[in-house]
Amino acid sequence: MKQLKSFIRKEFYHIFRDPRTIMVLFFIPIAQLLIFGTVIKNEIQDIHIAIYDQAKDETTQKITNKILSSGYFILEKNLENINDIESVFRLGKVKEVIVFESDFGEKLTKEGKANVQLIADASDPNMARLAISYTSGIINDYVKKMHPNLQLPMQLEPEVRMYFNEEMKSAYMFVPGVMALILMLISAMMTSISITREKELGTMEILLVSPLRPMQIIIGKVLPYLLLSIANAFVIVLMGRFVFGVPILGSFTLLMLETILFIAMALCLGIFISTVAKSQMTAMFISMIVLMLPTILLSGFIYPIENMPEVLQVVSHIMPARYFISIIRAIMLKGTGILFVWQETAVLIGMTLFFIALSVKKFKIRLE
Amino acid sequence: MIEIKNISKSYNDIQALKEISLSVEKGELFGLIGPDGAGKTTLMRILMTLLLPDSGEAKMNELDVVKDFKKIRHIVGYMPGRFSLYQDLSVEENLHFFATVFGTTIEENYDLIRDIYYQIEPFKTRRAGKLSGGMKQKLALSCALIHKPKILILDEPTTGVDAVSRKEFWEMLKALQQKGITILVSTPYMDEASLCDRVALIQKGTILDVDSPSRITEKFPRKIIQVHSEDMFRLIQDLRSFPKAESVFAFGQFVHFTGVNDEVEISELDKFLTERKHTDVIVEEIHPGIEDVFMSLQSL
Repeated sequence: MKQLKSFIRKEFYHIFRDPRTIMVLFFIPIAQLLIFGTVIKNEIQDIHIAIYDQAKDETTQKITNKILSSGYFILEKNLENINDIESVFRLGKVKEVIVFESDFGEKLTKEGKANVQLIADASDPNMARLAISYTSGIINDYVKKMHPNLQLPMQLEPEVRMYFNEEMKSAYMFVPGVMALILMLISAMMTSISITREKELGTMEILLVSPLRPMQIIIGKVLPYLLLSIANAFVIVLMGRFVFGVPILGSFTLLMLETILFIAMALCLGIFISTVAKSQMTAMFISMIVLMLPTILLSGFIYPIENMPEVLQVVSHIMPARYFISIIRAIMLKGTGILFVWQETAVLIGMTLFFIALSVKKFKIRLE
Repeated sequence: MIEIKNISKSYNDIQALKEISLSVEKGELFGLIGPDGAGKTTLMRILMTLLLPDSGEAKMNELDVVKDFKKIRHIVGYMPGRFSLYQDLSVEENLHFFATVFGTTIEENYDLIRDIYYQIEPFKTRRAGKLSGGMKQKLALSCALIHKPKILILDEPTTGVDAVSRKEFWEMLKALQQKGITILVSTPYMDEASLCDRVALIQKGTILDVDSPSRITEKFPRKIIQVHSEDMFRLIQDLRSFPKAESVFAFGQFVHFTGVNDEVEISELDKFLTERKHTDVIVEEIHPGIEDVFMSLQSL
């Protein structure tokens, strides 16, 4: 016990005396959270549009005002000629053009049907899709309110309601994702690096010839990072709550317990990496390429798992972050309890035990 | 105290140790002398239970290095070739860490390390990485001794250390030997060999000879002629072109020369060099040193 305590104290000295470690542990998480929070957005804002209004009547004016006052769009230009459409897109600033046919208002009242064309710059397909759907939503809304008795074919549109994230706020999506990413990165990378550093500097040789047991070395390495990662998770959740307004509807204790479980899993994974990697560089490389990228791409953090090719959907099952993200989304956004996430929790516990067993087994009591 | 029987060890296709047998007595200061790549480190790591031998067996204080590795780890002190302490921990923190890891305290075994540690104690709050080479080595030795080992294994402890510190270090080893610790030390420096009780000359994974340093040189049958001249470079070339030359090696300011069948006379060589316009020529017969023995064994 005394040995372990001394080992843990030594680990803390290493952490707090190395400026790089401090950077990775305390500044990168916050920076990442802020960067992801402001860069990854699935919502649109200030999209520049142009309008080619051939009717110029009351109805089109009202629709235009409605669109521009929505806050999503900024009018860049009023077009006078059909040929201007292409040239205005070429300039690049305008992302969407709305074309009203002539006599729009009259046709709408008389025939109950009028044409509006939405043309979007699809070089950014995501944004184009969002812009189009926002615009058509606004137009439909207006038409319905103005002519409640009209039986427009358009009225068959589905009534969509975004449950759990009513306003489609992307912050709700990325805070759990960034949490998974940061905890994975810090826990796995830092432990694997700190063990391989001992190998590189030759201190491992001394630790091995000492009476320390492998389990003591592993616990001594894991515990400091576990504590620091929990502190990190705490900061992320608080920042999510107070900077990005992500609610925590479920139990905070459960959220923290699940987080600790995930951290423990990542730490064991880090230990396992260090038993395979010979140098700090390799350890870092494995952590970055093998852990970070798949965590970003395959865990459902940014891209929905359902939209992936089937092969990748299968692969995503081995990503621990996948389970963690769905657990914390459920707890934070849906407010569900353990009964609804026990399966994911069980998978994470299984993975943790698997990596512990593997690390202890693979931990070399000798140099080869 | 240390019994090594027919130990062999290969890395992939390189055979690092070939059927090595050796025994070190209790309380002995034993030297493993050999150039880089001779297999010294491998042998020491096998004894330290860090590597498994391919074949053969070794015992430390009657404990088998493979089966009883846990017990061995309690009774041996080890100083690896590289400085292997925590550079970001202070002198005191390092010592304290290793003391607790071995289940002891600095105070408990302070007697043993006092003579070594008091020299670095004034710097005890300094980070180990900022110490000079000689001080690092004293700290490493203190850490290796902190649990009062019965056997001390030191892998090239004086490599990269200045001459004064080297001398001090060997004095410390002698003092530790007085306290009953068996010491196995490896070194590539031949001059350090004469400070050991017995040495093993090791080369390419085989042991060439084991004996006390003085016996090893006494046994050496060859006649060594030491030659000096103003122009050393030309001297070596000229000596090599001497018809009856067998070996010519540079040793610092001198060249050690052996003739075929030891038939070359000093006067003969002197005359030869004067004819070739060498100035300040010194030619004299000397007692062979460990280096000479080693060089000649190596060229066999």
